[in-house]
Amino acid sequence: MILEALIGFTFLAALVVMLAPNAWAGRLAFALSAVPFVGSLYLWSRFDAVGNALTGGTIAFESRYEWVEVGGRTVSWFVGLDGISLPLVVLTTFLVPLAILSAWTPVDSRQSQFYGLMLFMEANLLGVFTALDFFLWFVFWEAVLVPMYFLIGIWGGPRRKYAAIKFFVYTNAASLLMFIGFMSLTFALGDSIGSLALPEITQALADGGLETWFGISPGRMAMVAFLATFAGFAVKVPIVPFHTWLPDAHVEAPTPVSVLLAGVLLKMGTYALLRFNFTMLPDQASALAIPIAAIAVISVVYGAMLALAQKDLKRIVAYSSVSSMGYVILGLVVFTEYGVGGATFQMVAHGLISGLMFMAVGVVYNATHTRMVGDMAGMADRMPVTVGILVAGAFGYMGLPLMAGFAGEFFIFVGAFGAPALPYAPVFTALAMFGIVIVAGYLLSAMQKTLFGPFRLETDYEIGPAPFHDVAPLAVLLAAIIVLGVAPDIFFEMIRDAAMPVVEGVSVDV
Amino acid sequence: MSNVAPAWTALSPALLLGLTGLALLVVDTIRPNARSNTSMALVSALGALASLSVTVWFVVAGTGHADTGGAITLLDGAVKVDTLALFFTAIFASVTALVVVAAHDYFHDHPNPAAFYSLTLFAATGMALLAVANSLAVVFVALEMVSLPSYALVAFLKKNRGSVEAGLKYFLVGALSSAVFLFGISLVYAATGSLIFGEVASAVESLDALAGVAGIGIVMIVGGVAFKTASVPFHFWAPEAYEGAPAPVSAFLSSASKAAGFVVAFRVFTEAFPLGASLAAGIDWALAFAVVAAVTMTLGNFAAAVQEEVKRMLAYSSIGHAGYALIGLAALSTGSAGNEAVMGAAMAHLLVYGFMNTGAFLFVAMAERWGIGRTFEDYAGLARRAPVACTAMAVFMFSLAGLPPFAGFFSKYFLFMGAIENGFLWLAGLGAVNSVVSLYYYSRVVRALFLDDPATPSALDALDVRPTALYAAVVFAAVATVLLLPGFGPVIDAAEAAAAALF
Repeated sequence: MILEALIGFTFLAALVVMLAPNAWAGRLAFALSAVPFVGSLYLWSRFDAVGNALTGGTIAFESRYEWVEVGGRTVSWFVGLDGISLPLVVLTTFLVPLAILSAWTPVDSRQSQFYGLMLFMEANLLGVFTALDFFLWFVFWEAVLVPMYFLIGIWGGPRRKYAAIKFFVYTNAASLLMFIGFMSLTFALGDSIGSLALPEITQALADGGLETWFGISPGRMAMVAFLATFAGFAVKVPIVPFHTWLPDAHVEAPTPVSVLLAGVLLKMGTYALLRFNFTMLPDQASALAIPIAAIAVISVVYGAMLALAQKDLKRIVAYSSVSSMGYVILGLVVFTEYGVGGATFQMVAHGLISGLMFMAVGVVYNATHTRMVGDMAGMADRMPVTVGILVAGAFGYMGLPLMAGFAGEFFIFVGAFGAPALPYAPVFTALAMFGIVIVAGYLLSAMQKTLFGPFRLETDYEIGPAPFHDVAPLAVLLAAIIVLGVAPDIFFEMIRDAAMPVVEGVSVDV
Repeated sequence: MSNVAPAWTALSPALLLGLTGLALLVVDTIRPNARSNTSMALVSALGALASLSVTVWFVVAGTGHADTGGAITLLDGAVKVDTLALFFTAIFASVTALVVVAAHDYFHDHPNPAAFYSLTLFAATGMALLAVANSLAVVFVALEMVSLPSYALVAFLKKNRGSVEAGLKYFLVGALSSAVFLFGISLVYAATGSLIFGEVASAVESLDALAGVAGIGIVMIVGGVAFKTASVPFHFWAPEAYEGAPAPVSAFLSSASKAAGFVVAFRVFTEAFPLGASLAAGIDWALAFAVVAAVTMTLGNFAAAVQEEVKRMLAYSSIGHAGYALIGLAALSTGSAGNEAVMGAAMAHLLVYGFMNTGAFLFVAMAERWGIGRTFEDYAGLARRAPVACTAMAVFMFSLAGLPPFAGFFSKYFLFMGAIENGFLWLAGLGAVNSVVSLYYYSRVVRALFLDDPATPSALDALDVRPTALYAAVVFAAVATVLLLPGFGPVIDAAEAAAAALF
């Protein structure tokens, strides 16, 4: 019942905030969003799952009620947590209050609707990470798009309508492709499944339950489904060449929305890839290991190169997300304990770090009203604390040891280098590592130009330090990044426990 | 139930609707000057709700269900009350209630609103009779009982040229299709010697030389159904009629009247012309419906995508949805266990559609009440002054497009799944493609309401009028559209049980 309470409360909070007066909607939303965070900490303290929820492990806080039946398959309200989903639930409930806090300054119209939609999105995100029934999961997955569309479209920058519609169309088309691919797979499973519960589907696939369906042989069906779902999720992640919606959405979105978009929404894609493609169809994944690894490396390097060419600070961070997500894909495809575990850890780490970067850039923008690298210089003089945290975050992005990003990338590289499932693993790993150099290049150069040197920015007002409620979430995020970097085991242990069955699920011929 | 009360009480949902209509007429006749719009609307709404309550009670109590003694037949088998009839009566009564409540504000300054309420209730009575018809003669009489008030309703704003023109067009096409339908019935009677569905069905099994006559008759009946459901090739009245008619009437016609066409289609083609027997006689009506469904959904959706006026877009979208619901007939195959699933899904879709489509047209009614224009541009920025109504409209639009987390997603999903289970992958695929197209034009409305800026700052001043009853109807429809998602289980169970009785 506790998960229902968590999701239900967040929905209710969204409703309450939406009906609250604009004047104190922000404060109310922050207070209410603290409750799910406390709730997720309680979940963490009582967490007792063993193994992976999909491969027959013990599911924590499991709860299941039958909903409807379609075509002889029951659809249930089926939620639960394992070592992969809990860290993402904690990440979501942690980032949302901070994002709401960071919205106090920039959001100055229709506040109650803004904060209501933020909480509505949080409720659906929690649903995505806890749902263990395909249908329920899909409902939440799609429901995330609706608030996002409005958040970008109403409160975004000058090209907000274009960005919102591009985001909506791209991700919806991708969802449809994924949905069709996965549903064909469940049809081909015939009588070997009696419900759309993910653990049952996983089990049936592992037992070879696929039958010939509409003349499509089992092997081909699995491959088609893998490709369709992979492409569908790749848009969400995003992986090159499906990434073009991301910079537009990020640049136009208001800062707090960017924080959630980069911090949590992108993780929906990698989470789904891990859950569906790599856990359910491991043989197809390892058969396609080389192309997938190649796409991952291209995402890393090409994303970083694109970031290098940008002048807009937000675009730089946006493209570097493409690059970071490439590491996650590489970690997943190598099918080793540290690869898959590191990829999951990197999801959390990147969620915190990119959230911090977007938030810090947002705080600078609140003061300067420009994000162009060439427009300003020497911001460190006027906003020392903000700039200090921004620099620390950038070093986290580059993988400074003792910060979360280092742990994640290090795990992935360790796992990837000698991976038996991926031919030429050392080559791919080495190429991907090269991405870090580029990251360092563009981040250092952008910071050098904007933050240091003599102050220069033409404004008709004085630029001073940011208000406390802008800086506080930055400091909290930085602290979390350092804690996770110093003691990665607080999450990595449970992640590894849940990732091991995935790794064991693949049959390596090498 | 049937053991305690006399059998005719099974007709009480239809009787309640008819009596309410008569009562309104009586009051209007006796005291024409004392009539008040509010009390008229109140009485009609109460009548519709009473009918709805009785229907729901019957469904829960299992009246006409196989467990409680099966369908109740009356008048020598010309009328049959079963779960299918009750399911559709629930749709008609819900839509009627929503429409009369909304009409209270829409016709607030109309000199004679009483006629509107009684005509609406008579049409609803005709629909409820259609749902229980078990003879082709009753079908035709009930169909006319729906159509005649509808013509008058479309032309109700008699000083408005658009309304009158729409009424005339509707009437001409309607008269033609009635004639075609009636001729079809007479051909079927000639070939089979009966009008009662069950007897027609047994005669169809041994048609021999008369198969051609019956075949032509059946094709003509398909034509009549196509008119009532606004499907290709008798769809072209719909955009004109829906656009010209007062918006509450458009809501009524596109939701309830369309569902009435479907109840006829579902019952006639499963009970009078069972697919197996028809195929044996060389009459493949499922194929005919498959073609009609495919063309209707594609034409409706693509035509809707190029409209500039919201009401006209909704009219074409309602043609598209007729195409989806026709899958319920098109995807049937002889003896397949999945038949009841796909037809049940089509019925559930019509129920959900009853709420979301009525709600969308009632939002248009609200816009007409405010006196703002009809195009997408005229709707720009309305969310700033009317956030609740616009949120409801966004719910309708996303639900019509079939996006989760709204009920429209569920009903479409069940429909397409049912089609696939029955081997009609291509129909489901075409439906999915059409749904993607529909997202484009539905989201245009949402975009206009929420994202676009109003053309002039004063454009929103008209919104200071707050039509309470319209608001209530729109919000209620939106809440139903959302709640039918978690509550879809009982709906689909009832629909599949109703469909199961047909096979």
